[in-house]
Amino acid sequence: MEFLQEINWSPLWISLKTGAVATVIAFLAGLFFANLAMKLRPAARGILDGILTMPLVLPPTVAGFFLLILFSLKRPFGSFLLENFDIKVVQTWKGCVIAAAVIAFPLMYRNARAAFEQVDVNLRYAGQTLGMSDRQIFWKVIMPAAGPGIASGTVLAFARAIGEYGATSMLAGNILGKTRTISVAIASETAAGNYDTAGFWVAVILILSFVIVAAINIISGRGMKTRRWI
Amino acid sequence: MAISVDIKKNFKGFSLQVKFDSTAAAVGFLGASGSGKSMTLRCIAGIETPDEGKIVINGKTVYDSQKKINLRPQERRVGYLFQNYALFPTMTVEENIRCGFRGDKAVCRERVADHIKRYRLEGLEKHYPAQLSGGQQQRAALARMMIGEPEVILLDEPFSALDGYLKDVMQREMQDFLKEYPGDMILVTHSRDEAYKFCGQLMLLKEGKTIIFRDTRELFQRPVLLEAARLTGCKNYTGIEILDRHHVYAVDWGMCLHTEQEVTPDVMFAGIRGHWMRPAKEKGENCFPVELVEYIETTFEHQYVVKNKEQEGASPLWWMCPKSSFASDPEEHLPEYLYLPPEHVMLLK
Repeated sequence: MEFLQEINWSPLWISLKTGAVATVIAFLAGLFFANLAMKLRPAARGILDGILTMPLVLPPTVAGFFLLILFSLKRPFGSFLLENFDIKVVQTWKGCVIAAAVIAFPLMYRNARAAFEQVDVNLRYAGQTLGMSDRQIFWKVIMPAAGPGIASGTVLAFARAIGEYGATSMLAGNILGKTRTISVAIASETAAGNYDTAGFWVAVILILSFVIVAAINIISGRGMKTRRWI
Repeated sequence: MAISVDIKKNFKGFSLQVKFDSTAAAVGFLGASGSGKSMTLRCIAGIETPDEGKIVINGKTVYDSQKKINLRPQERRVGYLFQNYALFPTMTVEENIRCGFRGDKAVCRERVADHIKRYRLEGLEKHYPAQLSGGQQQRAALARMMIGEPEVILLDEPFSALDGYLKDVMQREMQDFLKEYPGDMILVTHSRDEAYKFCGQLMLLKEGKTIIFRDTRELFQRPVLLEAARLTGCKNYTGIEILDRHHVYAVDWGMCLHTEQEVTPDVMFAGIRGHWMRPAKEKGENCFPVELVEYIETTFEHQYVVKNKEQEGASPLWWMCPKSSFASDPEEHLPEYLYLPPEHVMLLK
C-alpha cells in the first residue's frame, strides 16, 4: 500500500472542479433550452430536441472530434479566440470543462424539459392572469414546482461530467496536474501497467458515483410518499 | 359595464365561433362538455389567441385582429378562477395570495391580511394548498384573484370539483362574495341551475358556436330554438303542424295544443317543461289521457314517463311532481289526465 504515499491527488480535484463548472454551464444552458423548447410548436420542438440530444446518443469521441475541429488553433474559431481573447481550449483545463459540459448538457436539458412538462400549465396561466411577469412566473412558480426533476437532472449531469472520458481526452489531452481527470488517469495508468494506482482511482470513482446515485434517489423521493410494493 | 366578444378560432376538427354583447353584471356560458365554453374564457383572458375577431372589455379593446391589438393576460385585468384552482403548490396560502397583489408594496401586507380574513382563511395562512379541503382551496384561489382588483372575473366551472353539500355551501358563499364585487363576471357551467342562479344573461354554446344569447329568465321561458330548450333542460318536445294563430297539432304526442304565444310560420316544434304540466280530472283542452311508461323516484320528486293513451305510437313525456313526503305513493299521484297550460307551451324553431 506504499503507492498511496506517492499518489498524486490532482486528478480528483481536477475531476471535481471540472464537474462543478461543467454542471453550472450545463444547468444554465439546459434550463434555457428546456424553457425555449416548451414555447415551440411540436415540429420545431422535435427538431431542437433531436439536435440537443445528440451528445447523449453519439459516442463521446464524436463530440470530441467536432470540438477539436472547432477549437483547433489552426482553424478560424480557435485562432479567433486566441488572438482576440487569449483563450486556448485545446490541451487545457478549459477543454476539460467544455467537453464535460457538452456531454452532460443533454441530461440536464432532458430532465428539465420532462420536469417542466409535468408542471400543470394552468399554473403558468394563473400567474399571467394575476399580473406576474414571465420571469417571476418562471423562477417563483415553475422552477419550484419542477424542483425535484431539475435537481435530479443536475445531479445526473454532475455525475456524467466527472466521469467524462472520450471527449475530454481528445480535446484536453492527458497532462498531469492540468487536464488529467480520474477517468483519464484510470485509462493511462492501466495502459502503463500500474494496476494499483488505476484500481485506486476506480475505487474513488465507485464511491463518488454511489454517493451521487443515492443522493438522486433521496432528493427525488422527498415529499413523495411512494408506496412500497408489497 | 359590458363585455363584447366576436371571435373565431379554428382547430383540427373543431371551430369556435362566439359572439355576444353583455349588459348584465353576470353572464353565464352554458353548454355540454367540449362545446367551447372554457376556450372562449381563455380567449377573453388572453391565455389563448383567437384567429380573428374582437374582444372589448368595458370599452377597452383587449384584442382586435384587424388593428393588430392583442394585450397580454397581465395587461387585461381579468381574473380567472381555474377549474382545479391552479394554486401554486410550493407556496403557502399567504404567499399565493400575495402573488395576486398589484400596486403599492407598502399596503401589500395589510391587504393580504384583509383578504385572508374576508375569505375566511384565518389559521390557514401557512398551509400549503395540498393541505386544504376543496372549499378552502376555492376560497384561497378566490382571494388570490380578488386581491388584484380585476375588472372582470371568469369562473371556469367553479363548483364542478365539489361534492353535494359543499357545493351548496360554496354557491351561497360565492353569492356573498360577489355581492361586494363591483366588476363583471362570466360563469362557465354545464348546470342549468347554476346558470339560472348566478347569471342575468346566458350564452348557449353548441359545438363551438353561439346558438343564442339573451336574458336568463326570458331564455328559460322562451328558448326560441329547440337546441336552446334542450340545453336549458327541457325534456319534452314534439314536431308540429300549424293549425291557426294559437293552435298547433303536436305530431309526436297525438294531440292538439292551444298556445298563449302566437304561432308564426317558422315554428317547427313545440315543447313543455316537465315541471309545468298539471294533473287534470277530466278531458279538456290541452289534456291527454295518461298511460304510465316508467316511473323514476328521485330524492324530492316523482318523475313519470307517460304517453298519450289514445294515440298509437305516441312519444313519451316526462312529468315531474314534487313529493309531499318520502312516504308519498307514486301510484296515488298519477292522474287520469295531464294538462299542458297554454302559457307554458314553448314554440320552437
